[in-house]
Amino acid sequence: MDMKRFFNFLLAASLTAFTASVQAQPTPAAQSATATVHDTMAQRMQACVMCHGQQGRATNTGYFPRIAGKPEGYLFNQLKNFRDGRRRNRAMHHLTRHMSDEYLRNIARYFSELDLPYPPAAVQGLSEPQRQTAERLVFQGAPERQIPACASCHGSQMTGRLPAMPGLLTLPADYLIAQLGAWRTGLRAAAAPDCMAEIAKRLSNDEVSVVARWLSAQTLATGTKPEAASAQPLPLHCGSGNQ
Amino acid sequence: MNILNLRRRAWRSAALVLALALMLALVLAAGVAWLNVRGEAPLEAGLPATPASPDLIERGAYLARAGNCMGCHTSLGGTPLAGGRGVETPFGTVFAPNITPDLKTGIGSWSAGEFWRSLHHGRSKDGRLLYPAFPYPSFTQVSREDSDALYAFLRSVPAVEQANTPHALRFPYNTQAALAVWRALYFRPGTFEPEAGQSAEWNRGKYLTQGLGHCAACHSGRDALGGTRLNAAFAGGLMPGAHWYAPSLASPDEAGVQRWPRDQVVRLIKDGVTPHASVSGPMAEVVFSSTQHLSEQDVEAMAIYLASIPVRAKPPVMPRPAEGATMLAGGKVYEQHCAACHGEQGQGAPGMVPALAGNRAVTLDSHINVVQTIRQGGFMPTTAGNRQPFGMPPYGQLLSHDEIAAVATFIRQSWGNAAAPVSALDVLQVD
Repeated sequence: MDMKRFFNFLLAASLTAFTASVQAQPTPAAQSATATVHDTMAQRMQACVMCHGQQGRATNTGYFPRIAGKPEGYLFNQLKNFRDGRRRNRAMHHLTRHMSDEYLRNIARYFSELDLPYPPAAVQGLSEPQRQTAERLVFQGAPERQIPACASCHGSQMTGRLPAMPGLLTLPADYLIAQLGAWRTGLRAAAAPDCMAEIAKRLSNDEVSVVARWLSAQTLATGTKPEAASAQPLPLHCGSGNQ
Repeated sequence: MNILNLRRRAWRSAALVLALALMLALVLAAGVAWLNVRGEAPLEAGLPATPASPDLIERGAYLARAGNCMGCHTSLGGTPLAGGRGVETPFGTVFAPNITPDLKTGIGSWSAGEFWRSLHHGRSKDGRLLYPAFPYPSFTQVSREDSDALYAFLRSVPAVEQANTPHALRFPYNTQAALAVWRALYFRPGTFEPEAGQSAEWNRGKYLTQGLGHCAACHSGRDALGGTRLNAAFAGGLMPGAHWYAPSLASPDEAGVQRWPRDQVVRLIKDGVTPHASVSGPMAEVVFSSTQHLSEQDVEAMAIYLASIPVRAKPPVMPRPAEGATMLAGGKVYEQHCAACHGEQGQGAPGMVPALAGNRAVTLDSHINVVQTIRQGGFMPTTAGNRQPFGMPPYGQLLSHDEIAAVATFIRQSWGNAAAPVSALDVLQVD
């Protein structure tokens, strides 16, 4: 990593020198404007933050999901899914379509390493029975319908689990509902066997709605990390689980 | 009696006209048929008796990159070369077939001669005429030797059983007769003849550009029937589907490189970026999946040829100046969203953020590319020379049609740029 930083610095320095040599007498305004572009990963990822929030931190309202602090393996899988058409989103496909695996991996690492505050807890707007339904699904699941607890894969505190299980808390409810819906209709897919598609199909519409609203309204302490990888097998065989 | 005679005479002349018309139709049909098969040598059938050498297969793999076969013959996320990608045309969608060596659904039963006939004459194994979405009007220039190498490579990839998607074309374009007429009008099998007065490099560049590279398939204007005087023009044109404009390679105001240092042309084709230009849209795909994999020598040869394309600049037109209010609104959007990277004076940052001042993609007569770029953003392609490219956000997620029109107009008429204003309706019509 230090070597890499050093290399980036060298690259930046040489590019700056090059810039200076090819630009004939820039105006002062031009100089200051050029100086705002840096040869860094953060600069490259400016293409992402318009929707995903500065440094990949989106809020729990609106639609766009937070990507900061998600496990690298999860982000890498999703970037590949968008590039290769397993997840369908025109904007994300267009952005990733001409990227190598190597670059997608570096992008995933960049966002996974960001440590940013989470939005505060929001009002759930759930009735008491709805809250109980949501918490039961999250922490116990519905074994009689082969629905494992969310927490059995996404981390006991729902903070995500390495290497590739995302945390779900604080994501916008509309986003969560859209994802579960897309899994049910086949518009979103993960590497086979696609366990999340199976689970989404076993949930009722009402369950999707209350779980999404409950997850969205929680908060997390700054610095919360995904749980360490566990030798404990997942309750279902998931194609993207151990990548 | 007189009346009977008259009637008989009328009948006779009507029959004569009909017979003449029929004969004319027959002659025309025969002419069209002859134009469709002329110059074809007898087909050699049968599969090769001995396996191809690894050298030949490797050369074929390289040539497949040069022709970007996988670009069309692979569906999104699908197995390479197993087909399925749809090519949009004004006449409907043509789906690229499976060209893996599967016997049932691919081209596993094709002989080298049949493969050659498809490239050179545009006819399938069973004799069917092929749609020119398969760019055989360019591939016809490919040598038999290279065709055989491609054939050896395609036989070496894993066979995939994947049925072809039928084309979705409207009547009459879905008929062989219509295709025969199109071919009679626009297609002649050709053979690449090196020009004696030119260097070997120039000839190699011309062969790659006009043949496998099939650059003219996009960079040439097409008429209402989708015909193009291929390989002679490079005059630029709307891409099939009309989502992008492929700029003219004959005009230094568009994508012509007649006035560029050669090494910059090589870098653009190989890396997708130079300090002062970068590829985007469909050309980013070409660099990503095809030209970045070509040897420096071949790219250099193409650069030499491209620089020699005769300049046919359009007469300068003074564009209508935008209204003051539009420029003000566009300037505001620019200040808020664009200036941080592209600079107050549209000067960009070399190699990272393209300058907009003097940027040919911004000042093209066609506003399509600039609107697409603002709307979709995007990254330059990842290449060996640009492993971690810079990118632009998809502002279509944030800006209204009016705002996109205003900022497009602003950058087309600032810092010495002079191109026609873009209206909100123009933006709406770009799909």
